[in-house]
Amino acid sequence: MADGMIPGLVRGLATTARSLTRHTHTAEYPDVSPALPPRSRGVIALTEENCTSCMLCARECPDWCIYIDSHKEELPATTPGGRARQRNVLDRFAIDFSLCMYCGICIEVCPFDALHWSPEFEYAEVDIRDLLHEKDRLGAWMATVPAPPALDPGSADPAEVTAAAKPARGSAGAAGAAGAAGGTRGVGLPTRVRRETATATTPPAPTAAPTAQPQPATEAEPATEAAPTTEPAGDQTRVMPAAERTAALPVAERTATLPAAEQTSVLPPADGAEAEQAADEAAAQGDSTQVLPTVSTDEEGRE
Amino acid sequence: MSDLAPWVEVVLRAVAVLAAFLVLPLIVGQTEHKVMAHMQGRLGPMYAGGFHGWAQLVADGVKFVQKEDITPARADRWVFRLAPFVALIPYLVALAVIPLSPTVVGADVDASAVLVLAVIGVGIIGTLMAGWASANKYSLLGAMRAGAQLVSYELPMVLAVASVALAAGSLSLVSIAEAWKPWWLLWQLPGAVVFLVAALAELQRPPFDMPLADSEIVFGAFTEYTGLRFAFFLLAEYAGIVVMSLLFAVLYLGGWSGPFEQWLGWLWTVLKGFLVAVVVIWLRVSWPRMREDQLQRLAWVWLVPMALLQLALTAVGVVVFP
Ligand code: SF4
Ligand code: SF4
Repeated sequence: MADGMIPGLVRGLATTARSLTRHTHTAEYPDVSPALPPRSRGVIALTEENCTSCMLCARECPDWCIYIDSHKEELPATTPGGRARQRNVLDRFAIDFSLCMYCGICIEVCPFDALHWSPEFEYAEVDIRDLLHEKDRLGAWMATVPAPPALDPGSADPAEVTAAAKPARGSAGAAGAAGAAGGTRGVGLPTRVRRETATATTPPAPTAAPTAQPQPATEAEPATEAAPTTEPAGDQTRVMPAAERTAALPVAERTATLPAAEQTSVLPPADGAEAEQAADEAAAQGDSTQVLPTVSTDEEGRE
Repeated sequence: MSDLAPWVEVVLRAVAVLAAFLVLPLIVGQTEHKVMAHMQGRLGPMYAGGFHGWAQLVADGVKFVQKEDITPARADRWVFRLAPFVALIPYLVALAVIPLSPTVVGADVDASAVLVLAVIGVGIIGTLMAGWASANKYSLLGAMRAGAQLVSYELPMVLAVASVALAAGSLSLVSIAEAWKPWWLLWQLPGAVVFLVAALAELQRPPFDMPLADSEIVFGAFTEYTGLRFAFFLLAEYAGIVVMSLLFAVLYLGGWSGPFEQWLGWLWTVLKGFLVAVVVIWLRVSWPRMREDQLQRLAWVWLVPMALLQLALTAVGVVVFP
């Protein structure tokens, strides 16, 4: 036998004997759920309210496995003689996870943070066609999206904190500056703003804006502000049948008539989102007397 | 049991041997599952039977029974069908004559060492039959390799056993084990090593599994077998491990000698045999398969001279310290 063979054989025996005494590496998966890294790519969740049907994700997807249907809707001008505006309404948003290769490009590319990674991965199906997740299913995954990581110590404040520290928009042109600041801050920061205000399911990050001093987020206030939209409605072409009326009503009444709005599916069903949309409209018309959430100005700047 | 009618005693002994023949290989197989898994950092079977997969081999057996029994169209039908039994039965016979203690033995035969060696050699006929009758080139290659391996390794094995028999002055396994003394561990060490290596080779266990080499010739002589017949070949392999381990324990480890050997003798033999079986498994996990030429070289260049040397050493020992 060649030199070194016996030591080699003995070392082989020693190695296996050593592994015998050590802990095994087996992941007992169905019994013990795996400890996944926090940013695991399990499934893609959709915040429907954030999606503007811009189609960027569908176009960038290497597998072309995102299906988006939308239609345009005309919003009547809010002031007499104003210009009617158009808006995209999302009819269908579906991701075919039998084709998806989890590259994450759609999530990176979405300018409005409508898509997020969720670490959930147990959605295997018996029928491959069931892997096509429609937007309600994609939306349900939002509940499992982990909170964003905390900001680094010493980093700049999140946009909403900065905005909250500024005087209200009505006084002087400070609001415009705030909006500009929010816009130039880069894409990173508004990300948090959107996530925290738009999704009730996500727990707020440690650095979330203080709630006492700034304006309440989106719920009640824009709803009352949305009242002016009804005034010029008469002399504009009516594109929105029932839902526009519901949007204009006070909050209490609106929740009562909400099912009607859902049926016509002109506006996204969620209450907060609806209000936010109304706020956006008002912001777009440049009504400087209104106090608006920072979120909306941000979005305006980016749109 | 001597006060029973002779035929009752025969039946009882046969049933006991058959039970041992069916249970012990399963225990070795399950041990292999578990030990091999943990040596590779795995857990092995965990579900069958509930507790750490203890019933995995039972489940495997049920699976084999359910499978279709296929005989290839161009196979030599009778030979093909008979082969698994020819491979299996010799080990059953061998198990019957290996004593666990002077009283616990299936059949007490005079020259039992010779009988065991002779019978074990018959097992290879089953492999040769299987390889020849399968009408498959891989099967034939595997059978030829198995035959060549047997021819090479039978000689050192017989020489090693001859050495112990010479030392004990008897060809009966019971007498050999009774004559055993602890210092034989050193005196018969080369013979023990030769016997263990040759036994591994006869069983076609890794690192001597050239006749089965699944990366080259599919599964050697057993390529065409399915269902229960295939399971019999597997059972023969593990029964072979049991037989060889017990034989090693009786020949080289003193069999039943140990504390309370009056009552617990059989347990000592079984425990020693089990330890040897674990070593056999350990070698399988640790070492890579040998090439055919290396395998032949090992037998003729190393094992045969070593066995002859051991024989000379034993002869000197017997003459000098009678
Ligand atoms: S993660 Fe899936 S859906 Fe998104 S871009 Fe990649 S392949 Fe398309
Ligand atoms: S990129 Fe974002 S906003 Fe645009 S369609 Fe896709 S999900 Fe919607």
